[in-house]
Amino acid sequence: MTHLEPTMGKNRTGAQMSPLMSAAMLESIKEFPWDTVQPTADSAERIRLDYAKDAHAIGSIPMPLTLKGMARTGYEKIKGEKPEIFIDKLGERMAFERMGVRLYQALIRKCEMDPARHASMDLYRLQQICDSELEHMQMLKQAIEAVGADPTATTPGADAMAVASMGLGQVLNDPRTSVTQCLEAILIAELADTDGWQLLIDLTQETGDETMLAQFQRAMQEEEVHVLEIRSLLKELTLGKTKL
Amino acid sequence: MGLKLEENRGYPLDKQLRSWKDIVIEPLSKLDDDAMTRVRQILMNGIETEALRFSHAAHRMNPHIQHELAIIRRVEQHQATTINWLTPPDQSPLETTIAYEQVAIEVTAAVAQREPDPYLAQAYRFGLLEDFDHLYRYSALMDRLEGKDANNILQSYTDILPGRPTMVEHRHPIDDIRTPYEKSAADPLTKLHALILVGGEFQTHDYYMNIGPLFSDPLARQLYAEIASIEEQHVTHYESMCDPTESWMEKWLLHEANEVYNYYSCAEQETNPRIKALWEQFLDYELGHLQVAMEAFKKFEGRDPMQIIPSVFPDPLPYQSNRNYVKSVLAAEVNLSANGTAFVDRSQEHPRSVHYRNQLNASGSPSEAVAANYIWTPGTELNRPKYASKAVHAAKGAMI
Repeated sequence: MTHLEPTMGKNRTGAQMSPLMSAAMLESIKEFPWDTVQPTADSAERIRLDYAKDAHAIGSIPMPLTLKGMARTGYEKIKGEKPEIFIDKLGERMAFERMGVRLYQALIRKCEMDPARHASMDLYRLQQICDSELEHMQMLKQAIEAVGADPTATTPGADAMAVASMGLGQVLNDPRTSVTQCLEAILIAELADTDGWQLLIDLTQETGDETMLAQFQRAMQEEEVHVLEIRSLLKELTLGKTKL
Repeated sequence: MGLKLEENRGYPLDKQLRSWKDIVIEPLSKLDDDAMTRVRQILMNGIETEALRFSHAAHRMNPHIQHELAIIRRVEQHQATTINWLTPPDQSPLETTIAYEQVAIEVTAAVAQREPDPYLAQAYRFGLLEDFDHLYRYSALMDRLEGKDANNILQSYTDILPGRPTMVEHRHPIDDIRTPYEKSAADPLTKLHALILVGGEFQTHDYYMNIGPLFSDPLARQLYAEIASIEEQHVTHYESMCDPTESWMEKWLLHEANEVYNYYSCAEQETNPRIKALWEQFLDYELGHLQVAMEAFKKFEGRDPMQIIPSVFPDPLPYQSNRNYVKSVLAAEVNLSANGTAFVDRSQEHPRSVHYRNQLNASGSPSEAVAANYIWTPGTELNRPKYASKAVHAAKGAMI
C-alpha cells in the first residue's frame, strides 16, 4: 500500500458534507418549483434526432488506391461479402495494440516510480506483456499490408475505439493515480481487446486465410492470459488493501 | 481576378439572422476531409476570435460606434461558433494541436513568400521555424503518449522535423517587439498579413492555455505550458508589426477587410462543397460588415475608407504544402535569434534573453525531453527497427 492508494479524508463532494447549505438548496427548489417554468415546444430528443437523421459516417475505410494495386497486393484474396469490414477491424485492432504498448509503458513507469509497490507487481512480466502488445501490433501491420491496405491509415473502427479509450491513458499517466487504479484501466483495455480479437478471428475464418487465422488465434490466447494476470493482480492488490 | 469591393456590397447586416440549427452544423470528418479544409477552418476561427477581441477593446474606448460594434460582434460571435464547432468530437485535443501547428506553418510560409516588406518577410520566416519545431515536439508527444501518428492529421502536406529548438525560442519580452509597418506607406497586403498572423497565433495561445490542464501526464502539461509561452511571444511579435498610430477606426476597417479577404481566399479554394457554401455565406456577411464600417469611417473620420483598405483585394492566400520553402528557410535561418527589433545570429543575442531562457530551462526542458531521439516514422515510431526486434523477441517467447 503506497501513499497514492486513497485513504479516508475530507472529501467534499457529497451533499451531507454541507447539511445546512444542502437543505437551503432544497428549500430554493420548493420556492421555485419546476412546473412554474414555461414549457417549451422542444424536446431534447427532437433536437438530437434532427442531427441524427442528417448525420454522415465519421469517416470511410481506406481502400487500395488502384485496381492494379488491389490485384497485386492481395486485396482480391479476401473472401466474404464485405471485405472492407475486415480491413476496418484489422486497422482497429492494430491501433488498439499500438495504444496498448503505450498504456503498459505508462503502467511500468508508474510502478518503477513507486518504491513501496506490492511485491506481486513483477516489472519483468509487465514488460513481457508490453512487448507482446508490440508484437501483435506488428503482426497486424503485416496482415494489413498482405491484404493490400495501408497500415498507416486510421480506420473508422480505430478512430471510434481511440475515442472510447481516451480516458485510459489519462488514468495511467496521472502521477496522482495509484497502481490499482491503473490496473483497473488496463483491465478495461484488456477485456475489450480480447473480445476484439474474437471478432477479428470470426471475420478471418470467413476469409479462409489459415495462416492469418492461426496467428490471430495465438494472439488471442496471449491476450486471454493478459486478462487473467491483470485481473488476478488487481484482485490481490485490492483484497490486500482491504485487509490493511 | 481579385475581389472588387464596389461590385460586392454583401448581405445586409440586419438580415444576418440564424437559428441554433444553422449555427451548430455537422462537423468536418477527421478521416475524410482534406487537411487544408481543416487548416482553413482553424484559421478562420482565429480570424473571427481576433475580430471579437478587437471589437470589445474598441467598444471600451469609442462611445460613438458602440451600437455598430455590438451588432456586428454578435453576428461574428455566431460565425465563430459555427466555424469552431466544425471541429469533430473524435479529434482529440492533441490531434487538434497538431492541426493548429500545421495552420501556423503553412499559413506563415504562404504569408512569408508573398510579403512585400523584406523586414516583415524576415519576421514571418523567423516565426515559421519556431512553429515548425512545435509540430515536431507535439508529434513526438502524441506518438509516445497516445500511440498515434501525427501524419494522420497532417496528410503528408507538412514535414515533421526539428526546427529552431523550442528550448532556445524563449526570449526576453523586449526582444519579441518588432518594428511596425508605416501605415501610410505599407502595402495593403502587409497590413492584412499582420492581422492574419495575430489572429492565428492568439487563438493558438488561448487554445493551449485551455487544453494544457486537461492532460494528466506531467510532461504534456509542461510542454503545453512551454509552447503556450512561445505563442504569447508570437502574439507580441506579430501584433507589434501593426502600426500603433493607426486610429481605432482604421484598425476596425482593417479587421473587417481582413475577414473579407480570408473568407474570399477560403471560398476560392475550398474542396468540400458544404464548407465552400459556408465560406461564401460568411464572405457575404463580412462584406455587409465592411459596408457598415466604411460608412462609420466616412462619418466619424471624414475620410475616404479607400485610403485605408484596397478597392480590389489581393489574390487569395494560397492553401498548399510549402515543404521545399520551409526546408530552405530551415537550412538558412535556424540559428537566428532576436536582439531588440533586429534578427541576429544566436551568438549576438542580448544577455537579457540568455538570462531569461536559462532561468526558464533551469529545471530541464520539456520540449527536449519529449522528443529525445524522435524520428517521425509512418504508423508511429513503434514501426522503427529497434521496436521490431523487440517484437520478434516477444514472438519467440510467446505463450509464456
